[in-house]
Amino acid sequence: MSVATTTLSQYRAQLRSNRLGLWLFFISELFLFGGLLISRFYLWGGTRPDLDQRLGLIVTSILLLSSFFMYLAEVGAEHENRRLFLFSLIMTALLGTAFLLGVVIFEWGGEIRPWDGAFGAILYGMTGMHALHVASGIVLILIVAYNGLRGRYTAERHWGVEACAIYWHYVDVVWIFFYPAIYLMGTVPT
Amino acid sequence: MTVLSLGIVRGLAGQLIGSALGIGVSVAVRVAMGLPLEVKEGAIVVGILVGAMGFMIGVGALTDWSKWMLGIETPLRLGPPEGKPSWTRYFGVDYSHKIIGIQYGVTSMVLLFLAGLLALTFRVELTTPGLQFLDNHTYNTIMSTHGIAMIAAMLVGVGAMANYLTPLMIGTSDMVFPRLNAFGFWINVPAALLIGTSMYVGGWDTGWTAYAPLSVNAPLGMQFVLLGVFLIGLSSILGSINVIVTVLHRRTPGMHFFRMPIFVWSVLATSIIAFSATQLIGLSFLMVSAERALGMTFFSPVLSPGAVAVGSPAGQVLLFQNLFWFYSHPAVYVFILPGLGIISELLPVFSRKPLFGYKWVALSSMAIALMGFFVWGHHMFTSGMLEGLRIPFMVTTMLIAVPTGVKFFSWIATLWGGKISLQTPMLFVLGAISIFLIGGLTGPPNGVSVSDLFLHDTYYIVGHFHAAMFGGFIFPFIAAIYYWFPKITGRMYDEGLGKLHFWLMTPGFWLQSLAMARVGLLGMRRRIADWDPGLGIETGQLMITIAGFAIGISMLIFLANLIISAVRGRVASPNPWQSRSPEFQIPSPIPEHSYAQPPVITGEPYDYAEPDSVYVSMSPASSAAD
Ligand code: HEM
Ligand SMILES: [Cu+2]
Repeated sequence: MSVATTTLSQYRAQLRSNRLGLWLFFISELFLFGGLLISRFYLWGGTRPDLDQRLGLIVTSILLLSSFFMYLAEVGAEHENRRLFLFSLIMTALLGTAFLLGVVIFEWGGEIRPWDGAFGAILYGMTGMHALHVASGIVLILIVAYNGLRGRYTAERHWGVEACAIYWHYVDVVWIFFYPAIYLMGTVPT
Repeated sequence: MTVLSLGIVRGLAGQLIGSALGIGVSVAVRVAMGLPLEVKEGAIVVGILVGAMGFMIGVGALTDWSKWMLGIETPLRLGPPEGKPSWTRYFGVDYSHKIIGIQYGVTSMVLLFLAGLLALTFRVELTTPGLQFLDNHTYNTIMSTHGIAMIAAMLVGVGAMANYLTPLMIGTSDMVFPRLNAFGFWINVPAALLIGTSMYVGGWDTGWTAYAPLSVNAPLGMQFVLLGVFLIGLSSILGSINVIVTVLHRRTPGMHFFRMPIFVWSVLATSIIAFSATQLIGLSFLMVSAERALGMTFFSPVLSPGAVAVGSPAGQVLLFQNLFWFYSHPAVYVFILPGLGIISELLPVFSRKPLFGYKWVALSSMAIALMGFFVWGHHMFTSGMLEGLRIPFMVTTMLIAVPTGVKFFSWIATLWGGKISLQTPMLFVLGAISIFLIGGLTGPPNGVSVSDLFLHDTYYIVGHFHAAMFGGFIFPFIAAIYYWFPKITGRMYDEGLGKLHFWLMTPGFWLQSLAMARVGLLGMRRRIADWDPGLGIETGQLMITIAGFAIGISMLIFLANLIISAVRGRVASPNPWQSRSPEFQIPSPIPEHSYAQPPVITGEPYDYAEPDSVYVSMSPASSAAD
């Protein structure tokens, strides 16, 4: 939103609508991720592929930790604490990138390929769709960091930070459902 | 002014460049990885997606957002562009909902005409048994493209009505996210081009439903359709989020929920379906796309040739049908809810009576929207789905008849004893009701699983859903165009041509849908280029084709009427129908900012019987404001 040209009350009215719009978008995406989850149970049933459990635990922890830093970044923006804000933001982006590398290099580097039956299809489908969201989240963080560095957010006006933060948490929560569905539930066929 | 200053031209150039770039880079990566130089379907997918992105960049739908990311402020540009004639507004990114509404409307009409042309082509083929001038594959391609282009036309048509009318009817100046609105419109253009292109890149042969694994093995055209529909779905999702927020946050003072024009209720209900369920058609088409391009076995019941044995199960065909119908049944309500809303909106105006049971009609839209999520299995009675599910899906299907019936009774009660005037919009409303009745009565036999085992995949189904869609959407859409034409252009359409249009189209349509149902009952299958002369359906087939041409000709008359009247029609008064709705209380054509001050709502919307009651007061009386 343009900063100088709108009055605070206009900004707040728009903010209220922006928030609702973003949440509606999340509800909408729930159907996308829900559809993937349903497909997983439809196709895998009580089985699951043999995946590196340690890797799953590590990337999950990294992502959870990143959400904590994202929270700190938002607190920083609310209190106009530039250092906390920027530091936490960069940490979030780094942890997000680590998660992404973990998925793309190590998980996708395992023995299962996308064309290996329903195991491959669902594994790559779910992690791929999620990774796409993480990647776009990182891009958003970088944009917010760029503008934060130039001091464009104030305690009153930081919708960009807020949106980016909620988005990040949302993508994180999705993973909390994906992780057990991919790594924990069901038995590995022998 | 050069051609390149038109957004759409830049967009098309962007799409071309983007597609070439996407394919080129993908192939280059392949070669760099040491693989042979070959254009695989994966590269084409990348090309299609980058091409669509190129269109959006070229047309300028992303410009403001990119600037925001760099911290540059961009005030909302309103009014005609500087230094260019004002008609150019329609060919580039514009943020006024009135312009965007017209852009949606014209796009919808173009799609409607092209898809209609395809229909007439294969109807000629079907008139007599044997193959005349189409081969099987061409027939399949044309029939399938007709179907999906019509679906697209209707979705875009819903966008037209929702965008143009919603802000006006709730008394506000625009949608709450104007840039998102423009983005949502423009993404339809590259999408429609993809669907059109599909016919020239190998075609496709699955029908609009794209059932896997048929769609996994179909020619390349399929990929274009899958991604084109995906992009149209994106437009639907973004557009409906915009509508929901606008209706919830931007209503003018005094307009609480049960004082909104009834059309706004139906648009709200439609948006609730569209913003959620659409994700699942997007997902299922994306999964087919990935299965085609990368061999990801979601749906095929056999493993890909290169699959390593890791004990993995194969894909499941029924998964596709479940995901697909979970959207596509509710999708039919996306079309018809706004249509039925138009019927309820116009009936009181032309009968000079209150809308009977306003609250019930409003809530019935919501009920239909919610119940629509629990009936998808009625499309799968013959698919081999779990037998125990047939009865539950049969029951839920029948239950939807209740809220739909509420609307019917309200319409009849509204008409009862009214001072009915039969101008063209009203004629089309009555025509819509008569045709929707055919659609509604042919539905339950499909919904009962025992009779559906016989009816499924016959021309009877084709008759059923054409009646449902024409009565539920196309006729109301036409009625809406006639009704708001003087508001949009400031001129009146030609009543004589309008009546001619009606009297050619409506009997044509009755004939068409009844004949379709009839030949279906006699054994004509759907989606097939040839039929057995022994069925004894020559007359029926001939009647369908003749009726199709009557409808086609009537639509040409419609088009001529719109174009001629927009230029030379008699100047219309601001409120030619004595409507109580807010948009008819301001001048025609509507000024740039619609309402000089926010109108204040002080009464009930449909009190047509009481001439003294006030719904909208234009100069805000300080006492009335809440
Ligand atoms: C009384 C209400 C209705 C009932 C009980 C009903 C029931 C059904 C059933 C059971 C089928 C599946 C038939 C089969 O494939 O064997 C069907 C098909 C269809 N219906 Fe309806 N319907 C109703 C109203 C509508 C409405 C209002 C529309 C929309 C505009 C609609 C659009 C369609 C479409 C598009 C199909 C065909 C899908 C395909 O291509 O396979 N129906 N209907
Ligand atoms: Cu259905």
